Amino acid sequence: MSSPPRSSDPRLTVAAAEPLSANALEDRLDEILDPVLSTRRTATRLAEAVAPLPREHQDFVLHWVAVIARTNPEMAYQFAAAAPQALARLDLASAEAWIIEAMDTYDRDGLYRGSAVFKNVGEFARLSRGTAAAVSFEDVAQVLQLFICGLSGRRLRLDTAARPHTDTETLFLPPSIALLPRREENFFIYKAMATLLWAQGRFGTFNVDLDAACAGYSDPERALDLLNTLETVRLEACIARALPGLAREMQKLHAGQLPDSRCAVLATPAATISDSVALLAQVYADMAPVHYSYTPVLQPERAAAVRKARLAKEKSEFQSALAQLLEEKDNSAVPPQPAERFSIQASGLPAGNGNASHELMLDGKPVAPPENVSQLMDSILQDLGEIPDDYLVAAGDGGYRQNRRDEHDPADVWKGVYHEEGAFFYNEWDCKRRHYRKNWCVLRELGVLPGNADFVDATLAKYAPQVAQLKRTFELLRGEDKLLKKQPNGDDIDLDAVIAAYADMKSGMELSDRLLTKRHKSERDLAVMLMVDMSGSTKGWINDAEREAVIMLCEALEVLGDRYAIYGFSGITRKRCEIFRIKRFDEPYDTAVKSRIAGIQPQDYTRMGAAIRHLTTLLNQIEARTKLLITLSDGKPDDYSDHYRGEYGIEDTRQALIEAHRAGVKPFCITIDREARDYLPHLYGPVNWTLVDEVARLPLKVADIYRRLAT
Amino acid sequence: MPGQIAPLHTKVLDADARLIEAEPYYEPLGGEIALFEAAYASQIPVLLKGPTGCGKTRFMEYMAWRLKRPLITVSCHDDLTASDLVGRYLITNNETVWIDGPLARAVRCGGICYLDEVVEARKDTTVVIHPLADDRRILPMEKRGELLQAPREFVLTMSYNPGYQSVLKGLKQSTRQRFIAIEFGYPAADLEKKIIITETGLDAQSADKLIKLAHMTRNLKGNGLDEGASTRLLVHAAKLMARGIAPRTACSGAIAEALSDDPEMLRAINELASSLF
Ligand SMILES: Nc1ncnc2c1ncn2[C@@H]1O[C@H](COP(=O)(O)OP(=O)(O)O)[C@@H](O)[C@H]1O
Ligand SMILES: [Mg+2]
Repeated sequence: MSSPPRSSDPRLTVAAAEPLSANALEDRLDEILDPVLSTRRTATRLAEAVAPLPREHQDFVLHWVAVIARTNPEMAYQFAAAAPQALARLDLASAEAWIIEAMDTYDRDGLYRGSAVFKNVGEFARLSRGTAAAVSFEDVAQVLQLFICGLSGRRLRLDTAARPHTDTETLFLPPSIALLPRREENFFIYKAMATLLWAQGRFGTFNVDLDAACAGYSDPERALDLLNTLETVRLEACIARALPGLAREMQKLHAGQLPDSRCAVLATPAATISDSVALLAQVYADMAPVHYSYTPVLQPERAAAVRKARLAKEKSEFQSALAQLLEEKDNSAVPPQPAERFSIQASGLPAGNGNASHELMLDGKPVAPPENVSQLMDSILQDLGEIPDDYLVAAGDGGYRQNRRDEHDPADVWKGVYHEEGAFFYNEWDCKRRHYRKNWCVLRELGVLPGNADFVDATLAKYAPQVAQLKRTFELLRGEDKLLKKQPNGDDIDLDAVIAAYADMKSGMELSDRLLTKRHKSERDLAVMLMVDMSGSTKGWINDAEREAVIMLCEALEVLGDRYAIYGFSGITRKRCEIFRIKRFDEPYDTAVKSRIAGIQPQDYTRMGAAIRHLTTLLNQIEARTKLLITLSDGKPDDYSDHYRGEYGIEDTRQALIEAHRAGVKPFCITIDREARDYLPHLYGPVNWTLVDEVARLPLKVADIYRRLAT
Repeated sequence: MPGQIAPLHTKVLDADARLIEAEPYYEPLGGEIALFEAAYASQIPVLLKGPTGCGKTRFMEYMAWRLKRPLITVSCHDDLTASDLVGRYLITNNETVWIDGPLARAVRCGGICYLDEVVEARKDTTVVIHPLADDRRILPMEKRGELLQAPREFVLTMSYNPGYQSVLKGLKQSTRQRFIAIEFGYPAADLEKKIIITETGLDAQSADKLIKLAHMTRNLKGNGLDEGASTRLLVHAAKLMARGIAPRTACSGAIAEALSDDPEMLRAINELASSLF
């Protein structure tokens, strides 16, 4: 297969053009930033700062100002203001990373934090200038997420923050660590940090009011810092009991010394946060806080707020869960006096994590709670160390189940290195680093604004002869029920074959083993997924051609009676991949579907890999012997981030197609782009694509594809 | 002659009457033995539900030994046809000869027929067991025009892993409602430890750590793993360790690699193992 023709994309070859003048720049910026400009805040200053830059940088700035303004004009303004300074320190690739970081922050934390990233370009430049041994959060997030998930306890998310801490539900880790000379060592610091943060939750650091505990000291901040040191001693001892291998490695980083001999009491199994708080009073005067490379910080008020909200939520969830258990047991509504039917028996035996295990009892007998309820109990035990009596009163009814449906699956939380609710996550292939970026793309399924279904009738009228021909061709493709003869395996004896074999044998020939008959399933066992490019580049005649082609395909597939679905795709950047539902597999080809086909409109950009992965997943939920994924597109993968243009996007798309192929899906591409030839063979292989520049010729091509792929 | 390899004596298992002579080691998890015996006495077929490697096969071997009946196991797969179970005509010496399938053999000899991973079989295949699994207890052999009436001693059992089924491959109600179900899960920590030690002779402290590792991987179920480490995998790792393989290596080979091919998942499991050992 040929290598990706990088130079074939005209957008990649930048002509050396003259820089734009300050006036020209100002006009452009005025136009884009209009909503956030005023008489006192004009684009003049911005334009003057951008004017001295080389044309390539100017284009970069203008491009991104326009793109960011579509999300938020104020962010675009902040970017424009910071860009000249940034481009003096960062190359274009890093500058893009900086923009993405700012936009991610904006998505997550809003305008104030988002624009702070733009203003703080110095900080970004410093962190990104890592040594070769630097390990970034992105490098380790997936492994650490799985690691922490394996350690049990509450489901925890991972995210980045400048200083490592936890709010008891998310572990915040630095964006990059380059403290030690070797990559493995820096990875280990990440791991130790994450484990300590996990231990803060697991072993109850936040089960007392830490702010109150430090408030009485002359320097509460120093008190908190020292308390953190004491807690680290206690938690490391807990880790040594639960995870001796890890603790050994951690001790190597500080020679196994206690920061102060008075801390020894904290290393005993019975020690709790209260012991650390008590010891703080004794050592405050003369002990200095100690920080190891992996020591996190305490952020009591964040943790307290999250914990408080969780306590309230879990109490009511637990009580409803009990009500549900009662309902199941009694097979009736909650009885009038539900009190005192539940109790908790703490068996002295330590469970997996060294905590005493607690058993839920109903009417004096142990009940095995469902998985989600035992997780809930576990979380409550982590916060309170016990299940208090007032929790053991069944209350509410279906509310609990309702809640659970609203909340997303815990598995999604695991996926959410970023906080994206209700979305799908897909890996992306990074061809330079030759590995997958895990859960890199966030994809949503959206509806389509219906168009005018008349378009369908108009198309059918326009192509009446082709449609008739199409139907005839496809009728021939319809398979018949067949009795296969002379089979080596089968259900019945093929008498003709036996007689022939007998005759052969008598005349001294070898006896054939193909003597059986087998019934061939008459049913055509095929499912087709049509994937329609809805990126902005299809605007105009390509979009019309696509819609017409979809209609023709529907007519053909209706003849065959094969199952098929139609989805469109578009999006902007990895966090906004979009899939448009036009026809699901289980939907009939009716007026609603027709008006959605008519409503297929060009949207934004093309991030094809995620779309292929999502539609392959959908296709694989269908049981069929042959599964086709037919893409209708104008051209190649391309996203507004330059990163996805050219080789990266082509290679990710190719990888997605390889994955689809491995999953038993046959991909095929129908393209309406005349220049497509040079990279399509690389993506689809030399035979699995076709160029259709005239809709009228589509039927022949499609029948051809079918003969080749569906049999 | 140099390079000559002495032939090994491969024991050919006689599938017709696989009577188990020595008592298999089986650690009861709860009331399953009594339940099975009651079902057997009542001539009701039994469905063993549970994840792979949690002792279902071992349990069947144990029950076969206890009831002194031959055990005939069929591993189901998606090409398994009704003829594969019931039997078919073959041609030898100028004549057609009927050969019983394993199910027919089990019925004839009053054995225990164990259909392992039954949902893997094609849907039309599972239907042939229906008349055998209700109180008619007959096996129709259509091609021979024969109806086999199962003797009292015969029992049909099958296993099924509810956690790992795709939506498409569930067990049909008409099939499952003919069976008494016994649920198998991973044994509780102390039992599992006893099983590991008895099966492999590993020291108690290492067995404890293996069990912790198993629980960690079981926490990962649904978060990148389809299943956590089963008792079988722990037994494998323990066997390696008992032979002196370093624990981290043993866990990596016997547990991590057996659970996943994903490089990051492998790394995470290996990190978990090394934090214990
Ligand atoms: N209850 C048990 N008693 C004894 N050994 C067990 C038990 N459960 C599991 N094992 C061990 O685990 C291994 C796998 O169990 P197996 O019966 O093959 O699993 P399954 O049939 O459920 O897939 C056995 O070979 C045995 O070593
Ligand atoms: Mg496009």
